[in-house]
Amino acid sequence: MSVQNLTSSNSFRRFKAILVLTILSIFSLNLTASSESGGDFNAGEMIMHHISDAHEIHIIGDFAIYLPVILKTETGWEVFSSSHFYHNPQHLELESGETAHYYAYKNYILFHEHIYLKEEGLALDENGDATNQAVALDMSITKTVAGMFLTILIMILVFTSVAKGYKKRGIGAPKGIQSFMEPLILFVRDEVARPSIGKHADRFVPFLLTIFFFIWISNLLGLIPFLGGLNITGTLSVTMVLAAVVFVITSFSGNKHYWGHILWPPNVPLPIKFILVPIEFAGIFIKPLVLMVRLTANITAGHIIILAFVCLIFIFGEQSAGAGYGVGIGSTLFMIFMNFIELLVAFLQAYVFTLLAALYFGAATEEAHH
Amino acid sequence: MLSVSIGTVIWTTIAFLVVVFILAKFAWKPILSSIREREDSIEEALEAAERAKEKMKDLEANNEKLLLEARQEREEIIKSAREAKEKMIAEAKEKAQAEADKVLKNAQATIRAEKSSAINELKSLVGELSIDIAEKILKEELSADKQKALIEASMKEAKFN
Repeated sequence: MSVQNLTSSNSFRRFKAILVLTILSIFSLNLTASSESGGDFNAGEMIMHHISDAHEIHIIGDFAIYLPVILKTETGWEVFSSSHFYHNPQHLELESGETAHYYAYKNYILFHEHIYLKEEGLALDENGDATNQAVALDMSITKTVAGMFLTILIMILVFTSVAKGYKKRGIGAPKGIQSFMEPLILFVRDEVARPSIGKHADRFVPFLLTIFFFIWISNLLGLIPFLGGLNITGTLSVTMVLAAVVFVITSFSGNKHYWGHILWPPNVPLPIKFILVPIEFAGIFIKPLVLMVRLTANITAGHIIILAFVCLIFIFGEQSAGAGYGVGIGSTLFMIFMNFIELLVAFLQAYVFTLLAALYFGAATEEAHH
Repeated sequence: MLSVSIGTVIWTTIAFLVVVFILAKFAWKPILSSIREREDSIEEALEAAERAKEKMKDLEANNEKLLLEARQEREEIIKSAREAKEKMIAEAKEKAQAEADKVLKNAQATIRAEKSSAINELKSLVGELSIDIAEKILKEELSADKQKALIEASMKEAKFN
């Protein structure tokens, strides 16, 4: 009977894996026919392209997953696959002799992954920015959003199955994925939440667990090659939301003691109060802002370093194939090394974000002690 | 990367809040409560073990005490038994001695009585005989030879029991 259980749980696990792949491929799979015309290799452009958000998940070569474009215009909502854009590349000859590449579909254009109204084709100002009117609201499932959905899917699958393990085994010893996750859960509860927050800690533990695993899994997804170079936590829009949630929770759980110390610090001479209060007040916004910037900067920096090593190969490869291969070996070794560092950073940044959030919650709920 | 896109912000907000609520309800709640339950049960078990240990110690001390007492009691019983035995033997000996003395005394007394009665009887028999002889002598008034023959005849007749 136990053998049967084992095989059925195995097949269930396999089913889950297939489910993940299926959901991934819902974003219409297509092969792109267009291959970039040769030219000078621009490392900066290549790196920026990879760490920026996109409307496709570029897997390898001409193979990409096209994501849905969702636009709100004056006339209503418009939904179509981004393959329409990517299959319709356009060029604009500039006065300087350079060529600007963009994509067009219907009355929209995609320039540097931003969607504008087409009007009379792409128009650029002297800085090279588009002067076309941007669409009212771009709600597209971009690479980052898709990656985030994948993170969420993984989290829900993993942790509901962990929860099932607890329901099945009760207070018995954990098994399988449950025993992998339990030390991490206990780490967040016992090493992050409880020492930082104190007696109200358990109220914040579910949120801290969610944010910790959300950041950690997102960071890890960004390290997987051939997954389009997801840069979820390196996207300011994402970390801004995370920081905003921390700010909202901190502000709403702040007690009289917390707000009192910010708005009217006790035991401080009046003139000092005039200096201290603005600083303290600015502090409540600076703290989450720092959270946001630290996470984005750390993750993006890691991606840039790894991409820079890749670029080295191409830069030297342009000189001669031999130099390319030679540098390639060294670069690859450095990339492997950096990937290990990034694996550590992925965990570390999730930990730091969670720890600081916990410290802010702790400061907000601290009881008066004088 | 560094420009904020409203669409991404909206999607992130929706997605993150959804995952917070789903996980809080379906994952963190059962997981954390199970962990707490287990911790409580472990603590309880440890306490119970501590208590059992203490009890065991008490029991052991008790056992030792009981054992000591039992040993003492055994020694006492053996001692008293030995004493009783010795006393019994002594008593029996004494009794036997007394009995033997009594028997001996009785026997001696009987012997003495028998002896004296036998002597008395002999004495009276000798007397009677003497009288008989004297009677016969007197009756016959015989010659010396005849007297002598008579005495001899009488003596032959006389039977000493």
